[in-house]
Amino acid sequence: MAKVLMKGNEAMALAAIKGGCDAFYGYPITPQNELPEYLSKHMKENGRVFVQSESEVAAINMVYGAAGGGARVLTSSSSPGIALKQEGISYLTGAELPAVIINVMRGGPGLGGIQPSQADYKQITRGGGNGDYYLYSLAPESLQEAVNLIKESFDIADYFRNPVMIAVDGLIGQMMEPVDFDQEIPKWDLKEKTWAADGMRGKRDKNVINSLYLDPQDLEDHNYKLLDKYNEMKANHQRYELINMENAEIAIVAFGSTARIARSAIEMLEDEGINCGIIRPITIYPFPSKAFDEIPASVQDLLVVEMSTGQMIDDVKIVNEGRYPIHFYGRVGGIVPEAEEIVNKVKEIVGEK
Amino acid sequence: MAKTKTVYKKSPGLSDFPLSYCPGCTHGIIHKLVAECLTELDVLERSVGIGSVGCSALNYDFFSFDMFQAAHGRAPAVATGLKRVRPDTMVFTYQGDGDLASIGIAEAIHAAHRGENITIVFVNNAIYGMTGGQMAPTTLVGQKTTTSPDGRDPKHSGFPLRIAEMMATIPGATYVERVSVHNPKHVNKAKKALKKAFEIQKNNQGFSLIEFISTCPVNWGMTPKDAVDWAVDNMIPYYPLGVYKDRTKEDNA
Ligand SMILES: Cc1ncc(C[n+]2csc(CCOP(=O)(O)OP(=O)(O)O)c2C)c(N)n1
Ligand code: SF4
Repeated sequence: MAKVLMKGNEAMALAAIKGGCDAFYGYPITPQNELPEYLSKHMKENGRVFVQSESEVAAINMVYGAAGGGARVLTSSSSPGIALKQEGISYLTGAELPAVIINVMRGGPGLGGIQPSQADYKQITRGGGNGDYYLYSLAPESLQEAVNLIKESFDIADYFRNPVMIAVDGLIGQMMEPVDFDQEIPKWDLKEKTWAADGMRGKRDKNVINSLYLDPQDLEDHNYKLLDKYNEMKANHQRYELINMENAEIAIVAFGSTARIARSAIEMLEDEGINCGIIRPITIYPFPSKAFDEIPASVQDLLVVEMSTGQMIDDVKIVNEGRYPIHFYGRVGGIVPEAEEIVNKVKEIVGEK
Repeated sequence: MAKTKTVYKKSPGLSDFPLSYCPGCTHGIIHKLVAECLTELDVLERSVGIGSVGCSALNYDFFSFDMFQAAHGRAPAVATGLKRVRPDTMVFTYQGDGDLASIGIAEAIHAAHRGENITIVFVNNAIYGMTGGQMAPTTLVGQKTTTSPDGRDPKHSGFPLRIAEMMATIPGATYVERVSVHNPKHVNKAKKALKKAFEIQKNNQGFSLIEFISTCPVNWGMTPKDAVDWAVDNMIPYYPLGVYKDRTKEDNA
């Protein structure tokens, strides 16, 4: 299939269909509405399930029901809606159910605004709901990458028996870009879902989908089992990209749309004789600590750029353990930083030397 | 050798797990009815129950077929999600009055509203049992609970919610009946109602809800016998028994 020009939210919806999504449950919120709108038509055409729920709380619990029945399920929302979904997300992780959740982030707190943001970083990477759990969280920087990761995310969710979050901002949801839906994506080694509760049918003993462990020892064991899974994600499934790092003096750390803008910034800086690279986390959970072990000796400083007041900067500090001076540049309120702003910040750091 | 005849045995729909309910609590009877109805309809092998939060939270252990444990109030949403992807399963929720009438009222109303082909088993004991006897939306006027120590005052906490009546007004609902299990005659009537509800689901005729008047001797502070009498004398007058909606009749008309 040749490249097609599509709007971000619609392309992500089509990617889900191509990824084998059996069912979508969701509730409207800007700036992700084109995604469920697209699915409302095309899931049916493909003989799959689409339900507009009465709330985000209901949507995520529908996801719980379908995932527990062994289906591949998707929900999407934007920041205030994801906040409501936290209850169900905690239950999904507790019951070890796979699901894909797309968060097209907007500014907050509260109702905030409808423009792009990355200010849900902590909520996404720290759990958000109750209990010790994490989401495998992917933050694409382009539509093509979003499409590929969404297609793959159903496998990833099934592999880990854990929800996967696709974290993009409103910019990616709303922009148009040419996308190829047939690019190769990694294949995961998946087992049959023998744990699903969809009727015994004379084939097996009963299955129970549950997150309740009243015996503290059982619950501790369960938590350590979950921890093993998160440790496996950290050890073997970090993803990141290093851009122009060979002789970089300064490394910009940025994900999603901001990383993309940083690409323009480093080209502009090159014209001015400043060598700047980018460390781009693709998984924001697990945070790609390994990327920081590959930083060349030329690097003097790290500059974290975010569409928030600095939510990822904590992770950068944790993995660096004081190795580098860390600077920050961020815009909030739904304002997307321009490449010039990043250029000026880099020049300021260089000038201070 | 004298001939023996089995007149009664435990339903295969129930597991060997000992029930955790207090003596005299009617949750156990309602479990038995669920198990018997699904067995008699020959659907145990494709049944999935959605347990909720409350004293029945452990009912995934008590039934012998596939079960889910759902978050407080969300069982109808979980049931919706499952039924839509696995339409050939028999899906029911089992919910207390705190679960359904309070935190999960929206999920229950909207499952009915969409006409989901599921069955809700709604157990109304006019109190929150598991958390120690707090006021429920269904607590009767004047009834003392740990959070209405002077008796429920409607000026402060509103009047008790009548769920069966309310659900019957929802266009998407197919069958709604309120029953009681305070004596064998009513247990039999309740079973007929529940079986009809499951049959409706089996025939893809849509949403059904059976409200059971139940007891909570422990939190009502009564003996099992007094609790049953209290339910008859106080609950049934406010929550009259009967069929509140039957669209299967309309469909045939
Ligand atoms: C979100 C949430 N809030 C509160 C609770 C605590 N809780 C557990 S059971 C219960 C009340 C259940 O009452 P009911 O549904 O009437 O069932 P019963 O115990 O009477 O059978 C509450 C409030 C919870 N588990 N989850
Ligand atoms: S607390 Fe009440 S509702 Fe719960 S098991 Fe005991 S008697 Fe039944």
